[in-house]
Amino acid sequence: MSFDKFQGTQDYIVSAELRDAVNVAISLERPLLIRGEPGTGKTLLSKSIAKALDKPIVNWHVKSTTRAQEGLYIYDTVQRLNDSRFGGGDVENVAHYIKLGPLGQAFDAKERVILLIDEIDKADIEFPNDLLNELDEMSFRIRETGRLVKAVERPIIIITSNAEKELPDAFLRRCIFHYISFPSSEMMKEIIKVHFPKIEEELMTQALLKFYWLREQPEVRKKPSTSELMDWLGALQRAGMSTENLKGNFPFLGVLLKKEADLVGIEKRVN
Amino acid sequence: MRGIPVSLTELLLLIEALQKGHADSNLVVFYGLARSILVKKVEHFDIYDRVFAEFFKDIEFPAEMMTQIQDDLLDWLKDPKTFEGLENREGQEHDLDELRRMFEERLNEQKERHDGGNKWVGTGGTSPFGHGGKNPAGIRIGGPGGGRSAVQIAMDRRFNNLRSDLVLDVRQFSSALRRLRILSKDGQVEELDVDETIDKTAQNAGEIELVFSKPRKNQVKLLLLCDVGGSMNPYSRTTSLLFSAAHQAQHFKQFKSYYFHNCPYGKLYSDMSRREAVNTEDVLKNLDSSWRCIIVGDAAMAPYELMDAGGMLDFSSMNRDTGLIWLQRILEKVPRSVWLNPDPVRYWNSSYTARIISQLYPMFPFTLSGIDDAIAELRKR
Repeated sequence: MSFDKFQGTQDYIVSAELRDAVNVAISLERPLLIRGEPGTGKTLLSKSIAKALDKPIVNWHVKSTTRAQEGLYIYDTVQRLNDSRFGGGDVENVAHYIKLGPLGQAFDAKERVILLIDEIDKADIEFPNDLLNELDEMSFRIRETGRLVKAVERPIIIITSNAEKELPDAFLRRCIFHYISFPSSEMMKEIIKVHFPKIEEELMTQALLKFYWLREQPEVRKKPSTSELMDWLGALQRAGMSTENLKGNFPFLGVLLKKEADLVGIEKRVN
Repeated sequence: MRGIPVSLTELLLLIEALQKGHADSNLVVFYGLARSILVKKVEHFDIYDRVFAEFFKDIEFPAEMMTQIQDDLLDWLKDPKTFEGLENREGQEHDLDELRRMFEERLNEQKERHDGGNKWVGTGGTSPFGHGGKNPAGIRIGGPGGGRSAVQIAMDRRFNNLRSDLVLDVRQFSSALRRLRILSKDGQVEELDVDETIDKTAQNAGEIELVFSKPRKNQVKLLLLCDVGGSMNPYSRTTSLLFSAAHQAQHFKQFKSYYFHNCPYGKLYSDMSRREAVNTEDVLKNLDSSWRCIIVGDAAMAPYELMDAGGMLDFSSMNRDTGLIWLQRILEKVPRSVWLNPDPVRYWNSSYTARIISQLYPMFPFTLSGIDDAIAELRKR
């Protein structure tokens, strides 16, 4: 196959299914939509792809107030008005007041870039629909100057979503979709080894047993995620905990459980 | 495809991907590939798994592939070391040469797939040939070994608990409720109206005059009525989730919620234990047709509770008007009303009152997809 192939990177462990999905998206030039629990590495994925393929990355963090237009370009009318009234700036030149947004930058780039549209579901429900045409054509026209911004190299687009809002069907149809499941304990071991190369096998196994047990408890409202596990292992190591200490004891529970009610409930049962 | 919305675009995309060789002639890769292109919601993964397993479980392998399998097996047989644990096992019933001869014979005799049984090459039986079986000295053909087959992966149904008709939490309710909005310009002045500003500024001979306009606001007013107690007890957790989601939702122009038992009559209650009552009439007085109403209840009660005056279950009070009349009154005030029923759809028809009520109110199952449909109904102007 004649395209850049993504294989994961040393510090980002990727499942075979996710790896295939990334490669399909790259090869078919479709946006890749990633969903999954918090802490499963949705955002990190794009960084890993950028690193593996050695391409620059453009980030677009979507907020509740973000509008599609901001991704393309912003025409700073207020600045221009101000300049025309009080002098300063190149008022005659409209282009001077046009600033490309993340999508515009990604299209305008000389080489192929990775465009991360992070947490697309945070924005207005209509937001994804407003981007359909631009994502299809990979181009848009700046109304004020008539300039056409067109991607020479179609960017690799990674979109993440926490499923806070339903995404419109028309938008979904254009995407390749992947759901990052919570890592199995096998895969988690690999991830841990990336972060803690020197960890003892026995300690890791014991810690994982406790960690997955905790995630299974129905009264835990906010299940601990990968990043919390890493913090916890870090805490265990720094405190010089050994496998012995873990037996019949659940130290540093507060690192894993962030909700007061969760912590109190579980604390009573384990310690 | 059994409720997975797949469009032509996606099918063509899958074909394109196959042409580019992404499936790698491997069913496991194909499983992931087809899913990433065809299925866009985790809620549909389980349906996909079931369809996939159903479609591929009886797949017949083409003749050339069959010979390939035979050759592989014969190669294995030439090198007994690849049969792990075989040589150590006691009570071997066939020696290797005999086994190999029998296998070739049997493979040629066999015309079809066999699962179970004790002679043919297949799965799950006691014949010495096949996989997943129990013959202590048999030949395992294909099946799991290192990797897992796509059908097995699909049969695991790992995404079962992500089905939309099963999982509900506050956040999901909130997402569903957030779709209930109709926007129009209203509220505090906030946004700079550029066109108007330029216009005014030009008229002002270049002296800047800023003009602000009103941002769009949600116009939806929501009334939520909920059946509590009795047959609704098993659903109390889910209904309370919906209530907290609705209370958290900041985007309604107005929001009111009340409880009732079995059927709303002259009184509605502002608490779950039904101590603080308000007159239904007073509630209705403050409503108009710009409101929307969601009623949650199993709609299952004794017929007299709905149809008779004085039929209400709480005997301490007496209703002059029947429950049905009250339901009609609510509907007259708030024509855009829906009913969410937590009972499985198959029970609806067997309840007389549920049948009657569903003729009045569009009735939807109290699941995520049911709520989505109900909200789509409410969004109709």
